[in-house]
Amino acid sequence: MFDGSTPRKLVEVHDLKMHFPIMAGILRRRVGEVKAVDGVSFDIFEGETLGLVGESGCGKSTCGRALLRLYEITNGSVVIDGENIADASAEKLRNLRPNMQMVFQDPQASLNPRMTVAAIIGEPLFEHANLSKEETASRVYDLMDAVGLNREFANRYPHEFSGGQRQRIGIARALALKPKFIVCDEPIAALDVSIQAQVVNLLEELQQNLGLTYLFISHDLSMVRHIADRVAVMYLGKIVELAPREALYDKPLHPYTEALLSAVPEPDPALDAQTERVILQGDVPSPSNPPKGCNFSTRCPRVMDICKQIDPEFRQVEDGRYAACHLLNETTNTSAS
Amino acid sequence: MPDGAAPVLDVKDLKTVFKTRSGEVHAVNSVSFDLKPGELLGVVGESGSGKSVTMMSLIGLLPSPPADVRAGQVLFDGQDLLQTDANSLREIRGARIGFIFQDPMTSLNPVFTVGFQLIEPLRAHMNMTKKAARVRAAELLELVGIPDAKQRLNDYPHQFSGGMRQRVMIAIALACDPEVLIADEPTTALDVTIQAQILELVKELRQKLGMAIVWITHDLGVIAGIADRVIVMYGGQIVEHAPVKELFGNPQHPYTRALLKTIPNIRGKRAEKLQVIEGQPPILGAEPASCPFRVRCEFAFDRCARENPARIPVGPEHDAACFWDASKGGPRDV
Repeated sequence: MFDGSTPRKLVEVHDLKMHFPIMAGILRRRVGEVKAVDGVSFDIFEGETLGLVGESGCGKSTCGRALLRLYEITNGSVVIDGENIADASAEKLRNLRPNMQMVFQDPQASLNPRMTVAAIIGEPLFEHANLSKEETASRVYDLMDAVGLNREFANRYPHEFSGGQRQRIGIARALALKPKFIVCDEPIAALDVSIQAQVVNLLEELQQNLGLTYLFISHDLSMVRHIADRVAVMYLGKIVELAPREALYDKPLHPYTEALLSAVPEPDPALDAQTERVILQGDVPSPSNPPKGCNFSTRCPRVMDICKQIDPEFRQVEDGRYAACHLLNETTNTSAS
Repeated sequence: MPDGAAPVLDVKDLKTVFKTRSGEVHAVNSVSFDLKPGELLGVVGESGSGKSVTMMSLIGLLPSPPADVRAGQVLFDGQDLLQTDANSLREIRGARIGFIFQDPMTSLNPVFTVGFQLIEPLRAHMNMTKKAARVRAAELLELVGIPDAKQRLNDYPHQFSGGMRQRVMIAIALACDPEVLIADEPTTALDVTIQAQILELVKELRQKLGMAIVWITHDLGVIAGIADRVIVMYGGQIVEHAPVKELFGNPQHPYTRALLKTIPNIRGKRAEKLQVIEGQPPILGAEPASCPFRVRCEFAFDRCARENPARIPVGPEHDAACFWDASKGGPRDV
C-alpha cells in the first residue's frame, strides 16, 4: 500500500463538529448541547483502513455517520474524493452517495425483514444505476458470490440467515454501487467470536480485490490492530491520538491510549504476567458538560495543573503520529531547549 | 486452593430441553462439573452453547414450560437442588447462592432506590431490622467501591453509570454472604476500562470474602486473568475442562484450539491472516448422537460421526471430549 509513492488522500476531515441540542421546558427551548463530536481532523488515504476506536459514548459512531452526512453537521468540512460533502445540496449529495457506503452494526436491524436478499442487495442498483432487470439480477448474483453467499438463497428473507450471513448481506448491499469509501460501524460487534474472523477476512479480501478504503469503527482493540493500517483513538468527542498501527500498539503516547490498551484482557497467560495494568479511576464525563481543559484530565493518572486549564492542541508529535496531550508538549519543549 | 476439599456444588449429568412449537431444543446435554470452595470456575462458550442455561437450570430460574430439566443431580451442601421444592429453593437463592447478571440496567428495578433493592434481600433472608439492614447496605456499597455510600442509597439505578450499576449488582449478590456466586457475563456490557475496574474488584473481594465463583463469559481474555479452572462449552456440552494455565498453554480440543487462534493478539506478534472456524454452531433438535463440532472440525474422521465422544482424561485435572489425540496426531485409543 505504501510503496514509496505518496498515496492520495481520499477523505479529508477538518474540524468536524456534531453537536446535538438538548431541549427542555414547555417551549422546548435549547438549554444546552451534547458535544458528541467536538472538532476532529484526520485524513484517510486511498486503499487504507483507518481504525477508529474508543469506549461507548465517545462519539465514534456519530463521527462515522457525520462523515457520510447522515446528520446535518454543526461545523467543519468533510472532503471525500475531492468533493466537500459538508455543504453539498441534497441533489448533489444524492449523486455522490454511490461513492460512499456504510456497513451497520446490527445486521438484524439494518435489513428490512419484508424484503428478500435479492431485493435488499438490488435496491441501491434500482435507485442509482438504471439497469435492466436482467442486468440487476446478474449483478446481484455477482455480489452474492463476492461475499460468499449461496446464489440459491437470493429469494430468502433475512430471518432465515445467521448473524454472520446477515452481515454478508449488508456488505453486499454496501458494495452494490462500487463505492470507493466504506464506513464500517462496528460490523462485527454483534457476532460470535468464531464468526467475527470470517467477516473480517471477507472485508480484507474485498479491500484487496476492489481497492476499497475503510473507516473501521470498533471498540475491539485487538481486532482493530489486525485490520487497520492506522488507528485513531477517540475520547469524549475528540481524537486524542492518531498513529500507524504498529507504533500505536507498541508505544502509545497518550495516557488514555496507554490505559485503554492495558485494560484489554490477555488470553495468553505468559503475556498476561508481563502486562502492567493501568486501572483508570472513575467514569467518562458527560459530553453535554465536558470538563474544563483536557477532556481526559478527570481520569488521567498523570494529570498536571495545566491540563485542568488549557485544552491541549491535537498536533503532530512525531513523523506520522498525532496526539493531544500536554505531557508530550513538555517533553518536546525540554528536549528542544 | 485447598485440593481434595469437598465441592460446594456438584453437578452431574444435567440435561435441559426447551419445548418449542417447532420441536425440542436440547440446550444442555449431560453436563457435569464441580465447584470447590473458594475457587473461581470459568465457563466459556459462544452464544447458544448452553452456558447460561446450565447455570439457570441448576437453581431453578428457568420458566417451565418451555424449559424442562430432564435429568441430573445438583448437589449443594448435600442437598439435591433439582429435587428441592420452590420455597426452600427460594431460601437458598439470593442467600447462599448469589447472582450477577449481564445487563446491569435491566436487572435492577428502575422504580426503586438502590438502597431499597439492597435492603430487600437482607430483610428477607437475614431477618435484619430496617435500621441494621440500612447500615449493612451502606457497608456493602462501600465494599464494592462506591464513594459516598450512605448518600447513594437514596439514588435510583438511572443515576448510576454502567460500571457503578454493575458494582451495585455485585453488592446485592454479596448481601447475604453467599457460599457460591454465579456471575453471568458480568462485564460484557461494560467498556474495557470499566471492565478492568470490575475485574480488579472481584479479585480483591475474593481475597476478602473467599466465596466460590462461577464466571460465565465468551471472552477468553477475561477468563485467563481471573479463573482457576475453566470449562469450555460447545453445542450444549462440555468439550474441555482444565486448570487455566493448562487450558491456554496446552489446549486439547480442536474447538478450544481454533477459538484461541481466531482471536487477534493485542500484544506480541500480529498474525497476517486470521484463522477461521468455518460454518455455524449447531442447533440441537435432538440429543446429539455424534460430536457436535464434527462438521466444523479439521480433524474429524469416521468415528466422530458415529459416536458422541465422552470426556476423556488427557492430563492432571484435564479432560477433553474428542477422539483425536492432538499430541500424537492420530485417533485416540479409547
